[in-house]
Amino acid sequence: MTPLLQVEDLRVTFPTPNGPFHAVRGVSFSLGRERVGIVGESGSGKSLTGRAILRLLAPSARLEARRLAFDGIDLLAASPRTLRGIRGRRISLVMQDPKYSLNPVMRVGDQIAEAARVHGGISSREARRKALGMLESVRIRDPERVARLYPHEVSGGMGQRIMIAMMLVPEPDLLIADEPTSALDVTVQMQVLAILDEQVAQRGMGLILISHDLDLVSTFCDRVLVMYGGRVLEERRASELAAATHPYTRGLLSSMPRIGETRSELPTLQRDPSWLEGGA
Amino acid sequence: MTAPMVAVRDLVVTFGRGAAAVQAVRGVSIDVAPGESFGLVGESGSGKSTVLRVLAGLNQAWTGVATLGGLRPSGRDRRLTRLAQMVFQDPYGSLHPRHTVDRTLSEPLAIHRIPDADARVDRALREVGLGPSFRFRYPHQLSGGQRQRVAIARALMLEPKVLLLDEPTSALDVSVQAEILNLLRRLREAQGFTMILVSHNLAVVAHMCDRLAVMNRGRIVEEMSVDTLRREAPAEAYTRQLLLASKGYDREVAARMVTYD
Repeated sequence: MTPLLQVEDLRVTFPTPNGPFHAVRGVSFSLGRERVGIVGESGSGKSLTGRAILRLLAPSARLEARRLAFDGIDLLAASPRTLRGIRGRRISLVMQDPKYSLNPVMRVGDQIAEAARVHGGISSREARRKALGMLESVRIRDPERVARLYPHEVSGGMGQRIMIAMMLVPEPDLLIADEPTSALDVTVQMQVLAILDEQVAQRGMGLILISHDLDLVSTFCDRVLVMYGGRVLEERRASELAAATHPYTRGLLSSMPRIGETRSELPTLQRDPSWLEGGA
Repeated sequence: MTAPMVAVRDLVVTFGRGAAAVQAVRGVSIDVAPGESFGLVGESGSGKSTVLRVLAGLNQAWTGVATLGGLRPSGRDRRLTRLAQMVFQDPYGSLHPRHTVDRTLSEPLAIHRIPDADARVDRALREVGLGPSFRFRYPHQLSGGQRQRVAIARALMLEPKVLLLDEPTSALDVSVQAEILNLLRRLREAQGFTMILVSHNLAVVAHMCDRLAVMNRGRIVEEMSVDTLRREAPAEAYTRQLLLASKGYDREVAARMVTYD
């Protein structure tokens, strides 16, 4: 069986006055109907990797890959029309900040219904019913009332759940979630993750969770890719992340304070230039 | 017992008025001893940052009692700015983008007419692990961690007795967070200032503080020693849930989450 998503030797390059900047340098992985986490610090290329899959990059960026295929469709060769059919309908992207991702002058219920219609070919009444059902399944208590609100009238946590409802309503095969919960409190974060978990378990959706939070990814995902400087340094089963061998992953893990410990000084990360080598 | 350095009694902070009034802090009392490191933990909207802003004199609309070293917080009292200084969450927003590091660090000295500005700025930069080469740079030429070092240096320029920290590392990567936490611990050991650290991260508070209070919806849920936190033995159900949630994802735990008022 071919995997849902195949990424081989993915590269994203930006031209700069000082020559090309290689932001993603030879990333390879494949994904089935599972939860894969991409972790890394700012500038590691994790978000760009997520956007490159949907070919949502700045016009100046150069995208190359030996293979970039979704469900057998070559995304690099796909026409804009084919891509439009995939984006949102079959692959959805949830971004970190609902403030910038929701339309500020449209009621949230209408936005979710619109997503259901554009991608589902259904009547407006049916779309509205789906929107309300989806709001309910992202644990919004009074969906009728919330559907009538504008984005500025909802809290950050609720806005994020609305975004997720909007991305899940077309029932995508693959969801790319870029820091979907880092603006949320831990308890709300858990509830949002439970919603995603449910979609993976019930519908067999594939999920790419992009995050800087190692604890979160290691407890939520099935597999984890650790990125640094545009490369994947290490790939592991999430449950075995604590046994990571790469000095970067080990450094990240040990630099985090833990509740039960009594270390007075935290080890800081000694970055090795050789981690950046290869792949360029 | 010595007099507390920071004392708060029945603090109430209200935003807005009339029907739209919201009580962000609803009767908070804490005491922090001189030299102690105290943590305020809670989720967003719990009122933890508001308490800190009252102490820093950044919020005037409060009732109750609050004193720092016997002084009432106010934005205008210069004795207070020498006594207590604050470090904010976002080092991208808290430094003036068109002031060099040198100007940022010398301004408090000029305002308080403290001599030897040149030597003091030089020393402050070295203390926060930035060399003299950083002195004439602008914020946009610094990384997030370097900016936070500058913000800490600025807060310490007047040699305050109290340092108020509002989520000082939550905008930083974990490896940079470790550097900043180490720096703060080292500076506190050397200078002995009292510290109040506001954070949503229980592990950061466990690492940095002697004692802490957990806040929810404007109230203190419970106060505990750091040992109680390390043993994971809080008394209140709310704190136990917070502790569980902070350990990462667990399907069962997520299903059992409840909202506490």
